Amino acid sequence: MNTNPWLDLEPDVELERYELREQPRYQFELDRRDFFRIVGSGIVVCLIVSDDAEAQQRGRGGRGGGGGPAEIGGWLHIAESGEVTVYTGKVEVGQNIRTSLSQAVAEELRLPVASIKLVMADTELTPPDAGTFGSRTTPDMAARLRRVAAAAREVLLDLAAEQSKSDRKTLKLTGGKITDPATGKALTYGELTKGQKLTKTVQADVVTTPVADWKIAGTSAPKVAGTAIVTGQHRFASDIKLPGMLHGKVLRPPTLNAKLVSVDLAAAQARPGVTAVRDGEFVGVAARTVQEAEQALAAIKAQWSTPAEASSTTLFDDLKRTGDAGGAGRGGPGRGGGGSQGSIDAGLAAAHKLAATYTVAYIAHAPLEPRAAVAQWEAGKLTVWTGTQRPFGIQSDLARAFGLPQQSVRVIVPDTGSAYGGKHTNEAATEAARLAKAAGHPVKLVWTREEEFTWAYFRPAGVIEVNAGVSKEGKLTAWDFHNYNSGGSSIRPLYDIPNQRTATHSSQSPLKQGSYRALAATANSFARECHLDDLAHAAGIDPLEFRLGNLSDPRLRAVLVAAAERFGWGKRQPAKGCGFGIAGSSEKGSYVATCAEVEIPPDGGKLRVVRAVTAFECGAIVNPDHLQNQVEGSVMMGLGGALFEAISYVKGRITNANFSGYRVPRFGDLPELETVLVNRPDLPSAGAGETPIIAIAPAIGNAIFQATGTRLRSLPLDVASLKG
Amino acid sequence: MPTTLSVNGREHRLDAQPDRPLLSVLRDDLDLTGAKYGCGEGQCGACTVLIDGRPVRSCITELSECDGKRITTIEGLAKGDDLHPLQSAFLECGAMQCGYCTPGMILSGVALLEKTPEPSRPEIMHALQGNICRCGTYQRIVQAVQQAAAAPKGGVR
Repeated sequence: MNTNPWLDLEPDVELERYELREQPRYQFELDRRDFFRIVGSGIVVCLIVSDDAEAQQRGRGGRGGGGGPAEIGGWLHIAESGEVTVYTGKVEVGQNIRTSLSQAVAEELRLPVASIKLVMADTELTPPDAGTFGSRTTPDMAARLRRVAAAAREVLLDLAAEQSKSDRKTLKLTGGKITDPATGKALTYGELTKGQKLTKTVQADVVTTPVADWKIAGTSAPKVAGTAIVTGQHRFASDIKLPGMLHGKVLRPPTLNAKLVSVDLAAAQARPGVTAVRDGEFVGVAARTVQEAEQALAAIKAQWSTPAEASSTTLFDDLKRTGDAGGAGRGGPGRGGGGSQGSIDAGLAAAHKLAATYTVAYIAHAPLEPRAAVAQWEAGKLTVWTGTQRPFGIQSDLARAFGLPQQSVRVIVPDTGSAYGGKHTNEAATEAARLAKAAGHPVKLVWTREEEFTWAYFRPAGVIEVNAGVSKEGKLTAWDFHNYNSGGSSIRPLYDIPNQRTATHSSQSPLKQGSYRALAATANSFARECHLDDLAHAAGIDPLEFRLGNLSDPRLRAVLVAAAERFGWGKRQPAKGCGFGIAGSSEKGSYVATCAEVEIPPDGGKLRVVRAVTAFECGAIVNPDHLQNQVEGSVMMGLGGALFEAISYVKGRITNANFSGYRVPRFGDLPELETVLVNRPDLPSAGAGETPIIAIAPAIGNAIFQATGTRLRSLPLDVASLKG
Repeated sequence: MPTTLSVNGREHRLDAQPDRPLLSVLRDDLDLTGAKYGCGEGQCGACTVLIDGRPVRSCITELSECDGKRITTIEGLAKGDDLHPLQSAFLECGAMQCGYCTPGMILSGVALLEKTPEPSRPEIMHALQGNICRCGTYQRIVQAVQQAAAAPKGGVR
């Protein structure tokens, strides 16, 4: 079904491949006339990134060979009015990068955050970008825009020195002005750029402001454009309205893999104002209102052939049965792939052994804004407003689907109603464009909640087999860890284990699966940290002490200790019917540990997570308040996957494709959340939107074990099976 | 038969089908897009508006039920540039990430504060139980409602 390499829908998708797509794929021809046509006079500063510099920066040499084409990684314009506009292909989906990137630029230009305008994710205006995922915005894009802004600052100083005929070294740059202390005369950025058409390109070697000197970055700047959110003025893609716009609906198959045999559009087509389209497997309608579109859709008669399809009751058997022999992970050492050292047999020989199987269910991202798009054709050119993490990928999808050159397609991504890894694709864009083409009017298509739950893609389910050994002294001696289907992120233990083997096995996934916040790090951390907990209990050692006794990695140690201290680990005992659990892990260059307290009422009442304390470290902190917000939100979202989220399907039909059937965390599930931010100004800032989600599930599982003596090894945790 | 809809103090006479969801009429006919579609079954609260001061799921409310009633959407909450205290509190507490649930959250919170000016934490959580924030900012939203409750009165309608 999937012939489009941009669509990440292959059932056996290897998750690390998403990250391989981060590098910009397109060359953006640098033509200064183009810039000034778009933005008017002033100064334009472009950052040139070569494949080499990028590879080096990320510590991943080798890919793509040396000397790749130069590409623009970001650009900035200072207008004659003094207005600063920065252009980036990244998207804002709630992770607050519009704010953090503005802070980075404001810092270098010595301006308030409010003076920076960020144009994001518009394929006509912003530099190409492979997508917003993999926690790369902060380490890559923020670093780039910082260099662009720092270079712009130097250009302004050059101009000021030239215009004031003074010594450049003595000039002072503050608050959007450059002052010559000798004369007291100040020039604003607008005065400096007046009449200029200057372009400057910079490489990766620009010197930026060191963390110790940060005044704007590193502070809790409030969310940029927050007022538009609280007043309802912000237009999400689903809020766009164009003159003459129609509303679209798409006919969906009765089961996930059903094929269209025949279709009769006549009754739909006969309705006033309706355009009905069949194009291959695609069947849809456009009408004046959503309701008229729904009625037209209902009037379509279609016949489908339905193959034998899978049910979730056999999911884990299916994944295990179809699993391949396994590899050491395709990411290679240090990137979360697998590997081996020592001898598992030797390590197990003289040890207390423990083998167990863990499973994780398919879960849905369920972004509150479902897939949505507004498509408009004008003079052979297609413009689509849509919510996606890959604007340039969607542009390619559309160009390919309609046989258009890339430049005839413009994709604009308004700040979007969340994604969590679930909007790498946006099929609504192609569907709306197809309907708009047929109707000769702009078309808006907003997926229903049921469509979003059924026709998007899921976080991979997985089966994880672990066999491990521990010595009488509580030292880990062997670690054999196999992940079927869910992926290799965070699969390598950071613990000191002399004999270890970790491997990923590809399976045939019954459902479409793809990226999800923190990828497989949730599954692998769950299995690892629960298994370690069992080993600690087997060795008769406190779970925190056990971990620290097998762990040299200073960053993971630091967050475990920080979470435990705030929680009061070891200082008090749980009340009857309560339990404490701890877990830690690392992914994408950041470190997390969570301590959880659960309560299981003895009368068979509902399990409750009473308190969760999370320590998180991601290098130098860019915005403490927004970081804390990401940590709290991740823990809350992770609680859903830990306790109740699971997609259920019967013979190719999703049976809980709505919020009444698919339970997500609500206010009533809110524990007391506490966050400890471990700042490391000596380390580069890493992304923070993903990793804080990975420690809550094992922390809860371990707390349940302490409270009940029962080890639950499946996500979601089957708390209904517990007796208090 | 035309329906008369009073939205944010303005009267609208509409020829729309009486069984259309209020959410669709507000968004598509009146271009008041602050109320969001999230589920279409009254389960997520993204479409919440106030009808005569009560929080209502506009996605499962038919236009015919609204004739002559007083509807407040998020667009009508601020008085000019003066934000409602709960809108200000959301900004001050950073009680949002993507912001898609925010209008519905704020209107549900406003309805609570109207009825219970000084709600307890359990009362807040109970009143907002039907509103989903998929980004998980619940703790901050509770704080924002508490902060607005503690704010000097007079702004709350």
